[in-house]
Amino acid sequence: MTDAPLIGPAPTPMVDAEEARRARGRRIELAARYTLPLAVMALAILAWDRIVVWNEIPHYILPSPARVWDYFTGNWSTLVDAAMLTGRITLMALAVAVLGGAGLAILFNQSRMVELSLYPYAVILQVTPVVAIAPLIFIYVESKVAGMLMCAWIVAFFPVLSSTTLGLNSVDRNLRDLFAIYGASRWQRLIHLQLPSALPYFLGGLRIAGGLSLIGAVVAELVAGTGGVGLGLAGRIQEAGYRLNIAGMFAALAMVAAMGLVIFAALSLLSHLLLRKWHESALKTES
Amino acid sequence: MPRPTSIDDRAELLRVEAVNKVFPGDVRALMGMDLTVRQGDFISLLGPSGCGKSTALRLMAGLSHPTAGRIAWAAPPARGDVGVVFQEPTLMPWATVAQNVFLPFRLEGKSYASVKDDILDALRLVGLDKFQTAYPRELSGGMKMRVSIARAMVTQPKLILMDEPFAALDEITRFKLNNDLLAMQARIGCTVIFVTHSVFESVFLSDRIIVMAARPGRVIEEVRVDAPYPRSEEFRTSADYAAHCRAASRALEHAMEAA
Ligand SMILES: Nc1ncnc2c1ncn2[C@@H]1O[C@H](COP(=O)(O)OP(=O)(O)OP(=O)(O)O)[C@@H](O)[C@H]1O
Ligand SMILES: [Mg+2]
Repeated sequence: MTDAPLIGPAPTPMVDAEEARRARGRRIELAARYTLPLAVMALAILAWDRIVVWNEIPHYILPSPARVWDYFTGNWSTLVDAAMLTGRITLMALAVAVLGGAGLAILFNQSRMVELSLYPYAVILQVTPVVAIAPLIFIYVESKVAGMLMCAWIVAFFPVLSSTTLGLNSVDRNLRDLFAIYGASRWQRLIHLQLPSALPYFLGGLRIAGGLSLIGAVVAELVAGTGGVGLGLAGRIQEAGYRLNIAGMFAALAMVAAMGLVIFAALSLLSHLLLRKWHESALKTES
Repeated sequence: MPRPTSIDDRAELLRVEAVNKVFPGDVRALMGMDLTVRQGDFISLLGPSGCGKSTALRLMAGLSHPTAGRIAWAAPPARGDVGVVFQEPTLMPWATVAQNVFLPFRLEGKSYASVKDDILDALRLVGLDKFQTAYPRELSGGMKMRVSIARAMVTQPKLILMDEPFAALDEITRFKLNNDLLAMQARIGCTVIFVTHSVFESVFLSDRIIVMAARPGRVIEEVRVDAPYPRSEEFRTSADYAAHCRAASRALEHAMEAA
């Protein structure tokens, strides 16, 4: 807007009925995005509570929400410790998955021969259920943490690999020609053209890998058993199960779910921050 | 570099000599193409779809190589001696306008600071010096195309190759860019080879129109437009312009019949 003086009568607000309706719709949608899921949760908890009370279900079969809440507040610090452990494994696995997945993608992209040799094995690792591989891993890998990392990596690296590979190959053809005309080296093409083109794809893969790392960490912990490195959330669920402490199982489960949500939200935010200046997918969030 | 009045007096820039380009499946994109490009020429390649216009441009850009014949440069081109503009603006969406124009220099290993003035000059020439920090998605189609032209010009190339650069734009924007393109060519004195489907555009812009036919792709005829530069909007409505359009249309008709 310029600061030139207005000439003529002050402008009347020009909002027609349709625009007003659309603006109202947007506001309602924004409010509903948070209130509706919360309302659903409140209703579900209420129903759960009523079912337990009316049917007089014993707490070792289904505890009431209040009992789960009590467990939460009573064991908050143990739960947080467990979450820290699982979280640490998850984040480390994610880091290794990103490095391994993106690194392999770049390697595959630079050498077709390497890609042809190794890609089938990446697929095999991906299609074999990690629960089936995990027991073997723990036979050969001494360190429990290393074994858990390996399990989590196996499930999480593939989406990063495949989406980054796709991204590196979806460079605009004309831009590629332009780089050739200006005599770009392989390296320059990778740095200035392929990696930026691949970024949105990579970030999509990263978001999926975040959730998968958590799954991998939880599965690995269940398979590896508890002990040695202390209890993670999966260990807590298992342990509470042995003791028929159903409230404890629910509490630890809620922590796992919350952690998955936090990871997803953090990665979405990262993606938004990196792309908002230029990418189409970030356009909608504006205006 | 002032443009000598007579086309035949200009120094030779490159020669396309008996070039064939055959793609797998015996697709004869170009057969026996001869063309002498001279410094300061504004050449249009005009012809129906599939007659090998883009193929000819790619050969001259060094992006592909002739199946037979050769492209002979008077002096071998150095980096930055050839600029290209495609039908789409072909900008890097993650980079600002200035960074996009900087690209040819960046790939030569130059620092931004050392060529800042060249970049600003090029952007000023296309009227976008106020938009240095904008991202491509913030620009209109015409503005993006201007950035693309600025990038092609920024290295002061000897030859600019343009493949239907304005085909996707509306007529008002296209006319404006036609005028600006001529002004720019006059400023930096480069040679332009311009692919178009439009008889009118080719007559307005060029002094030589190469009319081509398809299947196999080949040169049918050269139409000279001897109207003097600078050409203004008045030229668009002159009898001279109409006469040249008629001549070019007739040549194009021959090309279509020959196919
Ligand atoms: N890479 C390629 N592989 C196989 N055939 C090709 C290739 N490039 C072009 N052709 C064929 O060569 C012929 C000439 O193509 P070219 O793109 O040069 O035509 P054009 O004159 O630019 O057409 P248009 O006006 O539609 O852009 C066409 O028949 C096309 O199908
Ligand atoms: Mg073409």
